Amino acid sequence: MNDLTPTREERTAKLKGLGTSRKRVEDVRFTQGKGNYVDDVKLPGMLHGDFVRSPYAHARVKSINIDAAMALPGVIAVLTAKDLEPLSLHWMPTLAGDKQMVLADGKVLFQGQEVAFVVAEDRYIAADAVELVEVDYEELPVITDPFKALEPDATVLREDLEPGADGAHGPRKHHNHIFLWEEGDAEATNQAIDSAEVVAEEMVYYHRTHPCPLETCGSVASMDKVNGKLTLWGTFQAPHVVRTVASLLSGIEEHNIRVISPDIGGGFGNKVGVYPGYVCSIVASIVTGRPVKWIEDRMDNLMATAFARDYWMKGKISATKDGKITGLHCHVTADHGAFDACADPTKFPAGFFHICTGSYDIPVAYVGVDGVYTNKAPGGVAYRCSFRVTEAAYFIERMIEVLAIELNMDAAELRRINFIRKDQFPYQSALGWEYDSGDYHTAWDKALAAVGYDDLRKEQAAQVEAFKRGETRKLLGIGLTHFTEIVGAGPVKNCDILGMGMFDSCEIRIHPTGSAIARLGTISQGQGHATTFAQILASEIGIPADSITIEEGDTDTAPYGLGTYGSRSTPVAGAATAMAGRKIRAKAQMIAAYLLEVHDDDVEWDVDRFQVKGAPERFKTMAEIAYASYNQAIPGVEPGLEAVSYYDPPNMTYPFGAYICVMEIDADTGEHDIRQFYALDDCGTRINPMVIEGQVHGGLTEALAIAMGQEIAYDELGNVKTGTLMDFFLPTAWETPNYTTDHTETPSPHHPIGAKGVGESPNVGGVPAFSNAVNDAFRAFGLRHTHMPHDHWRIWKTANDLGLHG
Amino acid sequence: MSDKMHLKMTVNGKQEDLLVEPRELLIYVLREKLNLTGPHVGCETTHCGACTVELNGKSVKSCTVLAAQAQGAEVTTVEGLSTPDDLHVLQKAFREHHGLQCGFCTPGMITRAHRLLQENPNPTEEEVRFGIAGNLCRCTGYQNIVKSILAAAAEMNAAKEAAE
Repeated sequence: MNDLTPTREERTAKLKGLGTSRKRVEDVRFTQGKGNYVDDVKLPGMLHGDFVRSPYAHARVKSINIDAAMALPGVIAVLTAKDLEPLSLHWMPTLAGDKQMVLADGKVLFQGQEVAFVVAEDRYIAADAVELVEVDYEELPVITDPFKALEPDATVLREDLEPGADGAHGPRKHHNHIFLWEEGDAEATNQAIDSAEVVAEEMVYYHRTHPCPLETCGSVASMDKVNGKLTLWGTFQAPHVVRTVASLLSGIEEHNIRVISPDIGGGFGNKVGVYPGYVCSIVASIVTGRPVKWIEDRMDNLMATAFARDYWMKGKISATKDGKITGLHCHVTADHGAFDACADPTKFPAGFFHICTGSYDIPVAYVGVDGVYTNKAPGGVAYRCSFRVTEAAYFIERMIEVLAIELNMDAAELRRINFIRKDQFPYQSALGWEYDSGDYHTAWDKALAAVGYDDLRKEQAAQVEAFKRGETRKLLGIGLTHFTEIVGAGPVKNCDILGMGMFDSCEIRIHPTGSAIARLGTISQGQGHATTFAQILASEIGIPADSITIEEGDTDTAPYGLGTYGSRSTPVAGAATAMAGRKIRAKAQMIAAYLLEVHDDDVEWDVDRFQVKGAPERFKTMAEIAYASYNQAIPGVEPGLEAVSYYDPPNMTYPFGAYICVMEIDADTGEHDIRQFYALDDCGTRINPMVIEGQVHGGLTEALAIAMGQEIAYDELGNVKTGTLMDFFLPTAWETPNYTTDHTETPSPHHPIGAKGVGESPNVGGVPAFSNAVNDAFRAFGLRHTHMPHDHWRIWKTANDLGLHG
Repeated sequence: MSDKMHLKMTVNGKQEDLLVEPRELLIYVLREKLNLTGPHVGCETTHCGACTVELNGKSVKSCTVLAAQAQGAEVTTVEGLSTPDDLHVLQKAFREHHGLQCGFCTPGMITRAHRLLQENPNPTEEEVRFGIAGNLCRCTGYQNIVKSILAAAAEMNAAKEAAE
């Protein structure tokens, strides 16, 4: 070795592997406007589809007259349920074991429901034709309240379901009931609560909202009748599952379907489901023999595709009088809308809501969730969360606050004395989960110290006194949250989507000159997979991340995987990437040993090379090994250097975090000012700190929106009151604060690189932090709980109800 | 449908002659007829700013501007800000400071920032936040977008000073 020999540190730095804030490779094209989103796909002869949608929330469709629309020049077809029925495509299965109308079959069940699909030469003609389709409706009574839906004489919504017959998840106790799903020990929980020294009860409503990515949903279907191949581009968070579903629905063999997720302009759960637009674009392409594009507009998106939340969570939490929690009981009335189209693993109709014991060591607990039909849009997607985890985190973090009030105790201290201790991991929760790892006390103490918690409480108390003396109209709220997530679905033994086990995959090819391509079963929607998965691989196989291409989203080339949602990409596909990398390395070791003329066991891995043990000057770099694998006949070793891994995780991962929001509230105007937001995340091993920080900023801003104003609201006739971005709150740069991010690092013991996933933590933890701040501001005036979203009007109303307006 | 009209405009420095319907929107003509797919459609109601372009030196939401209103105008889209070999300072700054994630808002955001920095070459953080309030982003929480724009402003000002 001489001075020119790169040091180990220099070789490591060159890889830009794990822990590097590597700049994103995606950005080069995005910043130049050269992304390729579904609406950018343009094919020769392509037609455009658009929906006639129901203006009513519940009505019979007596007749549909398409004559005037068909007479318009440029209109090629108008599809109705009658056209789809011979193909058995007028209904489609949902991910939740229910079925959903593709086009209105005799009736409509929510405003915005798809009634007819117009196909025309361009978008303008399609829009004109939509106006010309005459639909005769007979209005029916509308139910938008899930409690009213369960009244004995409530109107029957789903007339297609056989009365008294079981649903996909067991007995249905009412004609508008979907399922009762239970977990935990009801009897023991009731006993604990009945005999407790202190009990706090509260109804916590997590309102209906919507993921609303900036790009709406859409697809382009192209049926090539010459070779029998269907190609489908679309906004799919799970392209491989879409291919399987498309095959099952259409009868086209799966090898003749190619699904491509191009660049996706944000997903946040909105693009997990299968929507009528996808199906209609496929059918229209088959019928017309031409490519058909369908792109929903923003109103379609907010009205019809994939709401989130809408959980009425009635909770009871019990404790000793010094604050040790003894039991938790929760009953949820879950409004699923007109069809149960929740995007959850099949066996979990309420997702992973039973993570609702949160970060706390709670000896007994029970959860029961009643799913209910109403005249609202179907969906129930995981809006930047892992299947109802955000509902669970919001529920427990509100219950803790209410219990603190009941105990007249500091809410930070109440959390501290109930946290699962570090030495209790792996921890078996009362509701059946095995938490893999955690160190909550360390994170909590770090967070409280960072914001100067004790001083904040003193300042708050002083401000309350000043308020009472009439010296200020502002109140200070301190919003605390310690959340535990459950992500990375999941073990195939209990997690599947439509029967497909929730593994994920990675396939790697090392090229002769030492660069590589890796393909995964996931699909980025802004998470930066092309950047970060290359980093995982760089650290595993010693090829610089800059020399590794990452590809996802084309089912003809990528290995099968279940897609990207529920923060599962890093825990599952990231693990597959590491494991495939290790297979490459195992083969490389044999090749290196052969080239170095030593036994396999006499070489060892060092950053980017195998070297002879005890003689590091004798080595072969991965690039040299790759070349040799293509040009040398090595006895007993196949040529080439490729590997594939399908990874079935042994457990989920449990990221956690401590968030603190300091908010000033104007009691007279209901306005809020976020003075400080501190977010500590522990996502285990950190792959790219820059990307993690960006994810946290974005997720917190979504949480800000949800907590402070964003909702899908209906009037009693089932009209959507928040169908445009005028009414549906998306924060601008002006309303969004700066966030302080921080971290601890508790690696997952079962993940190959110890990573846990982070994309959804800030939404899951952020919502209770913002909401707790609002509630906390009024605690001194007797408030126990007020529902989100905390818009100016509702905050003003809270102040008014508490008599703060004199 | 009504009779088509003859539209002449300069887009990214290139003279364009087109036949359009009077009702066609500028975003539609840019994306569908000129294949400039940088600007995106996010809302069609002027709220999100994904379609932001420059029209005669002003930022406009091209989803609610009729193509006919661009008669004789100079239009600049994100594609007109740079060449692949010579990126604009803003484009580099957005990458450097992680000012984008899914990339859907980015062309509109950068086009808006480009105009903002011409209107106010040395903005405060508050002025940047106000200046881009017409452009929504769902991924970044804006913190790194603001950082990117402030960094680009500083770099452009430093380059200007060095040139003087």
